[in-house]
Amino acid sequence: MNARNPMPVAREGGPARDEHGRPTPIETRRVMIECRDVHKYYGDYHALRGIDLTIREAEFFSLLGPSGCGKTTLLRTIAGFEDISSGVVLIDGKDMANVPANVRPTNMVFQSYAIFPHLTVAENVAFGLRRDPRSRAEKAAAVEEALAMVGLRGYGARAAHALSGGQRQRVALARALILKPKVLLLDEPLSALDRKMREQMQVELIKLQRQVGITFVLVTHDQEEALVMSDRIAVMFEGEIAQLSFAEELYTRPASRRVADFIGVMNFLPARVLGDTATGVRVDVPGFGEFEVPAANVSRADAGDKGPSVGFRPEAVTLLTRDAPAPDRETPGVIEEIVYYGDMSYYDVRLDGSARFDGQGHPIRISMRNVFGRDLPDLGTRTRVSWSPGSVILFR
Amino acid sequence: MATANGSEAAQGLRMIAPPLVYAILMLAIPLLTILTYSFLTDGYQTIIREFTLENYRAVWGDPIFRTLMLRSLFVAGLVTLVTVVLAFPVAYFLSFVVAPRHKAVWIFLITIPFWTSYLIRVFLWKVILGYNGVINSGLKSLGIIEQPLSFLLYNTGSIVVTLAHAYAPFAILPIYVALEKIDRSLLEAGRDLGESRLMTFWRVTLPLAMPGVLAAVLIVFIPTIGDYVTPTLIGGGKIPMVANLIQAQMLDIDNKPLGSAIAVTAMAIVGVLALVFLFLNRRFLKVRQ
Repeated sequence: MNARNPMPVAREGGPARDEHGRPTPIETRRVMIECRDVHKYYGDYHALRGIDLTIREAEFFSLLGPSGCGKTTLLRTIAGFEDISSGVVLIDGKDMANVPANVRPTNMVFQSYAIFPHLTVAENVAFGLRRDPRSRAEKAAAVEEALAMVGLRGYGARAAHALSGGQRQRVALARALILKPKVLLLDEPLSALDRKMREQMQVELIKLQRQVGITFVLVTHDQEEALVMSDRIAVMFEGEIAQLSFAEELYTRPASRRVADFIGVMNFLPARVLGDTATGVRVDVPGFGEFEVPAANVSRADAGDKGPSVGFRPEAVTLLTRDAPAPDRETPGVIEEIVYYGDMSYYDVRLDGSARFDGQGHPIRISMRNVFGRDLPDLGTRTRVSWSPGSVILFR
Repeated sequence: MATANGSEAAQGLRMIAPPLVYAILMLAIPLLTILTYSFLTDGYQTIIREFTLENYRAVWGDPIFRTLMLRSLFVAGLVTLVTVVLAFPVAYFLSFVVAPRHKAVWIFLITIPFWTSYLIRVFLWKVILGYNGVINSGLKSLGIIEQPLSFLLYNTGSIVVTLAHAYAPFAILPIYVALEKIDRSLLEAGRDLGESRLMTFWRVTLPLAMPGVLAAVLIVFIPTIGDYVTPTLIGGGKIPMVANLIQAQMLDIDNKPLGSAIAVTAMAIVGVLALVFLFLNRRFLKVRQ
């Protein structure tokens, strides 16, 4: 499911539309959140180290990173629960310095959902409406509408503690969205759900975000979740943004070896850089030989002490059946391991000559869709691997 | 399976046997004795084994009993109010302000008054408030007063102060426990949904702390109604409460059946009040799964 192709659903708000009713590209939309050189210290600990980012109207934005990378801290500084040590946070153009959490145009879905246990579902959803000037009946109607939006129509009278995890999360969503915030902040909202429920909620959240047209900022450590749900993703390590880009770009063109390693599965092989050409960089890779990496696929971020390396996704290479010709390049090898997943399998293949540089074998991981009726290759058999220089990324 | 359960039950019974024996000997038997006495007839220096409801009629018709019972309820209510209202900020401070690693030390400090006996703690207030007590001699040496203040001791106010001090930890600890159980993200949620700190306290913290507050109310209210020592020492016998009346009937006047009837009646009144509180508490406890 592509988050940038909206489905035809009823809309309440959202970004400007073109004549076909499609939302305008994210880059051209109004800026909703802007962080400029945001730093946060806890005593000596430097939790946020100069965060610069802009999040735009009606965007589904994710902060992705391992635990302790500062993503939750950043979300909490946007919500107003943490003061920043230096820098500027703007929401819808207004400086949020000295603006407490209760008057910010943001609402949060907490990781624990934070459903008030002493109130009913309807009372929870209506919690933020105390100063709303509408009549009691109008508020009750708004609560019922908000509950219907999250699929909990008729649950209003239930006690909050009688709800399941998924229902609590829906109540938390309704409670935040009823206030029509400019930004909805979600702190790992799906981490407490089981896999099936999580996948279902991912799709529902995407639909909901499109329906209400509110900017969503999601914190997650699950790269798959971020890819599924987000328009754009900021990958964070140690209090810094390592890469901020569209989901697809993040997957296909990771800015550094570390990002590539964090997002999905990536094969890494040592490489020798032979020289720059007009269109790219010539490299020598054990098992693959000499070839040219296109300039667009060259990352100069951090080769680190490991030296230059090339990376490619398991699905960027394929196993060839016995006599099919390779569309581009091919290289021989032996199948060392097969991991069967039902719909697909992983094959670990040791390419001939892969130990040429350092004496270590570097088996590569190849993913193949399993087709009904076709025999799977056997363990230990010789095979041919088809690949293309265009799907290889160089980290130098 | 049944035999296994049976032996398990027998094992359980053996384990609780010592406290059970203690409870029967020291609680159940005396209570039953008092209950029996209250239906017997008083004779001179003896008890006539003759069933009667006369004692209860005497209790309910006695204006002195009514006055002292109402005074006991009033004093206990006032003590409870003062204790809980003063205990709440302490419990709140302990739960929300004190750093987790210092909490054990603070709880330890709060329980220090228990290192001395209840009697001595009550007597201490007599030393503080007395005619030649700490306050009077202090004020006198400072030249603020010439004659010692006589309104400090021997009145309802001094009884309330003394009992509130004596029962403070009993109120602080249950409220503290209730506050500790509150998920802090609920308070952030309250703020996030547009409420100030004060309104978040009112709408989230206080309702969730109510089970602790009601527990504190019960723990302070019930024993203070029947308190005997404080009215005697601090009230100077001028403001007797129901326990003093029972003591007088039982020992001074030697009308044990009437004294027993007063005790049973007072217990019944306290029991009814406690049930009302428990009913209230259940409404709040429903909240907690």
